Amino acid sequence: MKTIKFLSLALVSGIFLTSCSSDDNDAPEEINEEEVITTMTVTLTPQGGGAAITLQTRDLDGDGPDAPVITVSGNLSENTTYNGSLVLLNETETPAEEVNEEIEGEAAEHQFFFEIDGALNATTAYTDNESDYVSEETGENFTTTNPVGITFTLETTDASSGTLTVTLRHEPKKPNDGTKEDAGGETDITETFDLTIE
Amino acid sequence: MKATLSFVLLIVVSQFGLSQNCKNSISGQVTDYHSKAPLENASILIVGTSKEVQTDSLGNYRIEALCIGAYELEVSHPECSTIFLEVTLNNDKQLDISLEHHLEELDEVNVVGDAVSDKTNTALEEKLKLQTLELYSSGTLGDALRELNGVASLNTGANIVKPTIHGLNGSRVLILNDGVRMQDMEWGDEHAPNLDINAAGSISVVKGASALQYGGDAIGGTIIVEQARVPAKDTIFGKTLLNGVSNGRGGSLSTELTKTFGEGWFVKGQGSFKRFGDHEAPDYVLSNTGMQEWGASLQFGKHQFTWGWDVRYAYFTSEIAILRASHIGNVDDLIRAINNGQPEVIRPFTYDLQNPRQEVTHHLGKVKLYKRFEGLGKWNLQYDFQSNRRFEFDVRRGELDGTASIDLELTTHTLTTDFKWDAKEDIQLHFGLLGRYQENFPNPATGVRRLIPDYEKFDFGSFLVGEYQVNDNLLLEGGLRYDFSRIDAQKFYQTSRWNERNYNVDFQDIIVDDRGNTLLTNPVFNYHNISGTFGANYEISPGDRLKLNYTLAQRAPNPSELFSDGLHHSAARIELGDLRIDSETSHKVSASWEKDFSHWGFTLEPFANWIQDFILLEPSGVEFTIRGAFPVWEYRQTNARLLGLDVFGYANWTPAVKTEHRFSLVKGKDITRNSALINIPSANLRNSISYSIPEWKNFSVSLESQYVFRQNETPENISVFSPQDQEDVVLAINTAPDAYHLLGLRSQMEFPLGKTSKLTTSLVVSNLLDSNYREYLNRQRFFADDLGRNFLIQLKFNY
Repeated sequence: MKTIKFLSLALVSGIFLTSCSSDDNDAPEEINEEEVITTMTVTLTPQGGGAAITLQTRDLDGDGPDAPVITVSGNLSENTTYNGSLVLLNETETPAEEVNEEIEGEAAEHQFFFEIDGALNATTAYTDNESDYVSEETGENFTTTNPVGITFTLETTDASSGTLTVTLRHEPKKPNDGTKEDAGGETDITETFDLTIE
Repeated sequence: MKATLSFVLLIVVSQFGLSQNCKNSISGQVTDYHSKAPLENASILIVGTSKEVQTDSLGNYRIEALCIGAYELEVSHPECSTIFLEVTLNNDKQLDISLEHHLEELDEVNVVGDAVSDKTNTALEEKLKLQTLELYSSGTLGDALRELNGVASLNTGANIVKPTIHGLNGSRVLILNDGVRMQDMEWGDEHAPNLDINAAGSISVVKGASALQYGGDAIGGTIIVEQARVPAKDTIFGKTLLNGVSNGRGGSLSTELTKTFGEGWFVKGQGSFKRFGDHEAPDYVLSNTGMQEWGASLQFGKHQFTWGWDVRYAYFTSEIAILRASHIGNVDDLIRAINNGQPEVIRPFTYDLQNPRQEVTHHLGKVKLYKRFEGLGKWNLQYDFQSNRRFEFDVRRGELDGTASIDLELTTHTLTTDFKWDAKEDIQLHFGLLGRYQENFPNPATGVRRLIPDYEKFDFGSFLVGEYQVNDNLLLEGGLRYDFSRIDAQKFYQTSRWNERNYNVDFQDIIVDDRGNTLLTNPVFNYHNISGTFGANYEISPGDRLKLNYTLAQRAPNPSELFSDGLHHSAARIELGDLRIDSETSHKVSASWEKDFSHWGFTLEPFANWIQDFILLEPSGVEFTIRGAFPVWEYRQTNARLLGLDVFGYANWTPAVKTEHRFSLVKGKDITRNSALINIPSANLRNSISYSIPEWKNFSVSLESQYVFRQNETPENISVFSPQDQEDVVLAINTAPDAYHLLGLRSQMEFPLGKTSKLTTSLVVSNLLDSNYREYLNRQRFFADDLGRNFLIQLKFNY
């Protein structure tokens, strides 16, 4: 009989537990994606002065169905060197969070790649390297000097049109030969901008 | 010990008795416990003497000229299990004895062994013996089940192995762990069953949904994992298995101990531990493919013939690293990986488990009570509790790297009761009820939108199954089951996704809170499902048997099929469920023809499964995000047809040389679209030759060849616009890898160690030729070759 008592007790407590846990019908907490990058803005400022050109890709619903909105503010000029800089934002948060710091803090694990379609008469060059940034891990500047690409230059020659593809890779092989193929890693951002040099 | 002692005493007492008054008798009737029918030709022996009598046609017996004293009677009958009774005799005694007529009913009093009774009589069913199971002590359940014909597996690397029965897996395969239906998020492709293979005494697989007593939705099949039986005598015994494995440079240790007392009391404890570092393909290290697993269980109770109870608790935890190279960013990365032919990340061997990885913990508790009613049947009552916690860690940026991307907690309570009526010799009926409550809690601390939402689920089920032995050769079986299930979820949708899915047309009324970019919704769905089975088992002549079965089964969609929405980071794909998905209905016809000649035999098992509203997940296109394009995998419903054939044959060429041959084929077709179904196992041919010499310490050696054909029937690849190339490129996501051939070797020897102990040594070599190959049903086939050669050495101690 004792065992039967024990069993019925176990059963009753089981049912009791069930009924307890079933009445919390509060709305679950909404999750703000912390890791999302919604917006990348490339600012190209002519070295001799003049109006800056901005290239932007913006995808406010993250991995939602809406495709990113791409804007290019204007055309590039012939035979000009532009100073390029990149700003990454997470605009799902208010105010928008700047993601650059995170990339800088892990500069050794990130690299931007700039690829120019053959038809566009332009070349790019890195103007920063890892030692320009403070490692989040150690709190001190990196000692390595591989390129990162948060700042760069773009130099145009003759009038033409084509594309510029900007890609951010996470955990690429570093150092690499400057191509994405060699670097590997995972793509965090990639966008192709249609550009015209006139 | 106690039993032996009393046995000795009894003999002594009866010897003493000889000198006393010896004119007494014992008489009575021997009847069947269930039907109360008299048993003819039962024999009653007085232990320690030569006095033995048989019952007459009315089941009556009489033993005369007995002295006053205590005796032990051994009562046996050819179709029953033998029982021992203690009797004290003062004068003539009337003693009616009931015997348990159905041997297979005797779960609780039989001795240890793997004589598992069939779960169905007419469906296709196969058992995995303890001996085979033990060889997979350091592997997984799915690896072991692939031994069976018609069972394949959907793998994510070597450690995550989901059993696939007759081409179907996941929620269509029900796993019953010691009477408890596993509730462990079986819906995900990279979610392996959370049970310790070392805790199993035997495993049966029912290929189809015919075992209605366990559930009506097992459209693929039911895997029944059972505990070894506990003997009803006073004893203690145990087993320890030690495995060393070369590929992965790891191994496992598993040990169990059972103590039984008189009167059916028992306690059993078991524990196991596995640890592996990176596995290796023939040409390179598969970086980040190590794993670690712990399992333990404790069971105690009292098992008597007429009633009993037991309590069991099982704990299982595993931490599995996922191939680093399979974690990719977007569709370009995937194309690059497919074209590369070699993983992008190859590092030196390590035991470290890094991201991406998963950590799963499963608790299972069970209380069971049974009582047998004489002349009526057996009643069971069971409550079980399960808690499943799953973490998935991705390669993430910054501080988030240590935070799980998926953190789910699934809690399930189930109460079941059933009654098996077996009073009649030729008819058996089994009736049962089930109630279940389940709750899923996705932890918001991940900082990643939930893939599976908060939900509560209620299930109610009832079944009636029966069998009728028409005559000595023909048995009919049939059953019906009804299941109700209700899911009540709370889910956030991105407004853009809500509109893209057209939910703003069909489901606007379930929006609870409109927060601009996101919507909080409360989907509540009810499903009523009916399943039924009918079959016949006909013995044409001894060794020649025919089985035929039809089963109707319905399955309600799982939470993943309904609610998936978003980027599945570990798979680099956007998975989209659909709220409109309804239950799927399967009609399966299967047959089996088994024929044994004196030195050879074969089994032919064809089946056809028509599934209306079959729910499948397949690549349907791409979506663009700032991270590039991602393949979209969408759940959709269609009408499908699966046809298949399993063939088994054996031949005993000489007493020492034996060969076995197996062939398995499944063809899956989407009838609506007239195209192939995704993830259907390739045809597979296995031949083995074994040589055994019992005199040499039970030495045996076998060589197995496995040829896996190329899966030629796959859905079309999708083409994707690549912004960088400014053109459409084909994503060879459905292209199947080439056929492959593997050789394996097994050898075993046994060494007795004293009277009750034994050491068994085994050597297993898999992929003997170190062949490079990729398997269609391995989700990592895009990134890396499968496992290279492996040596396994096992030491088993029985004591």
